Amino acid sequence: MLNTIIDGLSLGAIYALIALGYTMVYGIAKMLNFAHGDIIMVGAYAILSIMMINAPVISVILAIIVSIAVCTALGIVVERTAYRPLRGASPLAVLITAIGVSYLLQGMAQLIFGVTPRTVDFKIPGNIGGIPVYSIVTLIVASILMVGLTLFVKYTRTGRAMVAVSEDRGAAQLMGVNVNAIIAITFAIGSALAACASIFYVMQIPKIDPTLGSMPGIKAFTAAVIGGIGSLPGAMLGGVLLGLVEKITQSIPFLSAYTTAIEFSLLIIILLVKPSGLLGKKRNEKV
Amino acid sequence: MALLEVKDLEVNYGLIKAIKGISFEVNEGEIVALIGANGAGKTTTMHALNCLIGKSGGTVTFDGNDITNIPAHKLVTLGIAQVPEGRRIFQELTVFENLKLGYYTKKDPVELNARLEEMYSHFPILAERKNQIAGTLSGGEQQMLAMSRALMSSPKLLLLDEPSMGLSPLYVNTIFEMIKTVNKLGTTVLLVEQNAKKALSIADRAYVLEIGKMTKTGTGKELLSDESVRKAYLGG
Repeated sequence: MLNTIIDGLSLGAIYALIALGYTMVYGIAKMLNFAHGDIIMVGAYAILSIMMINAPVISVILAIIVSIAVCTALGIVVERTAYRPLRGASPLAVLITAIGVSYLLQGMAQLIFGVTPRTVDFKIPGNIGGIPVYSIVTLIVASILMVGLTLFVKYTRTGRAMVAVSEDRGAAQLMGVNVNAIIAITFAIGSALAACASIFYVMQIPKIDPTLGSMPGIKAFTAAVIGGIGSLPGAMLGGVLLGLVEKITQSIPFLSAYTTAIEFSLLIIILLVKPSGLLGKKRNEKV
Repeated sequence: MALLEVKDLEVNYGLIKAIKGISFEVNEGEIVALIGANGAGKTTTMHALNCLIGKSGGTVTFDGNDITNIPAHKLVTLGIAQVPEGRRIFQELTVFENLKLGYYTKKDPVELNARLEEMYSHFPILAERKNQIAGTLSGGEQQMLAMSRALMSSPKLLLLDEPSMGLSPLYVNTIFEMIKTVNKLGTTVLLVEQNAKKALSIADRAYVLEIGKMTKTGTGKELLSDESVRKAYLGG
C-alpha cells in the first residue's frame, strides 16, 4: 500500500510539473498551449540521443542538461514564432495554432527518429524497502522545483510582474512591464519544468515514440483544470491527486482496466461540483 | 516648448471616428484638465496617449521625443506614469507589492525605500495596510494606492483618468488635494475628469472635449465662469 502511494505521489509530481506549464501559460498569456505535452516528447528524445553516447555518469548528466536546454529553447522559439504573431487574435485561432504546433513537433520527431518506439535505460537503480529509488528522487526533486517556483513568483521582481500581467495586462504595461518578455519567460519556465518531467517520465516508462507526450500532456492538462487553471497550487494539487488516483486504481484488480476512465470521470465530477476547479478563483471579467 | 504636445490626434474604432483630430499641449509644471460629457472621448484620448490602443492619425511628442507609436511599457522609463480609469490596481497583490510594481522600471533599493516612505507619508493609511491584499481596500483607498503606485517612478508627467469616479466627496477632496500637492512638488499633471467643477478649480488650463473634438480652451478660471461651459457641465 505504501508502495502504491509513493508511486502515485511520484507520478503525480510528474503530472504536477507538466500541469504548472499549462496553468502558467494560461494565467499569463491567456491561451491553452496544447503543444505543451509534446515538449516532454522532445525532452525524451533529447535524453535518448545523448544516452547513445556511451560514457557512464557523464552521458546521464549531459542528457539532463541537454534535455532541459533543448526544451527551454524550444518553448521560447514556439512562443516567438507561432504564438506571438497571434497576440490579440481570437482565442480559437491561437488554440488551432497550438494544435498545429503539436502535430508539427510530432511529425518532426517521426521524421528524425522514425515511428518505431525506442527504449532508453535511464533509470536510477535500486530500491529502499521495496520502493524504487527513482520514485523517491522524483518526489524530492519535483517538490524542490515546485517550492522554488512558488518562491520565485512570490518574491522576485519578475515573479511579481508575472502576477501583474496575469491579472491586468494593460495595467502591467503602464507600470513599464514588457508583456512580451514576461510571456517569453513564462514559456521558458514552463518548458524547463516539462523537461524535468520528461526526465522522470522516461525513468518510469522508458518507451519513447513521437506521441509519447500526448497522454501525460492530456493528463496534466486535466490536472491543471481539476486544480483550477491559472492557479499554481491548483496545478500541484491536481497533479498529485490524479497521480494517486491512477496508481491506486491500477493496484485494485477489478478497477485497473478502467484507470483512465476513472481519472477523466474525476475531472467531470469536479467540474460539475466546482466549475472553477478545486483552488480556482472566480474572476470578475473586467471591461 | 511644451512637455507634452498632441497634434491632430485621431482614433477610430472600426468605422467609428471616436477622436476626430484634436490638438493640445501640456507645459511643464502645469495642471491641465480635459473635460467633457460621457462619450466625448476623454478616456479614448487617454488610452491613445498611453499607447494601450492604436492611433489612426496625428503625432504625440513628449519631452522632445516622438512617442506616437512607442510600446506602452516604455512610457514609464521616459517619465510618464498613469492612474488609469477604474484604478486598475493589482487586486491579488498586497499594497506593498503594488507600490513596488510602480517602481518596476528602476532598480535602486535605496531610492525605492525613499519613494515608499514618501507615499506612506502622503497617505498614512497605505502604510497601515501595506501587507493587506489590495483588493480588500475601499474604493478611496484603492484610488490612493493607484496614485501612489504611479508616483513611485517619480514621473515628469502624471496622467490621471477620472480619479474622482465612484468616490465619496470626502475622498474626492483628498485626491484633488493630493493632485495639487504632487504638482507643487514638480510633477506636471494631465487630468481627465467628468467632475468638471472640481477639475477646473485646480487646473491651470483646460480643454473641453465634445464628441471627439476640442470645442473650447482657456484657463480653469475662465472656463468656470464661461456661460456655455456652466450650462453644459456645471449644472447652470
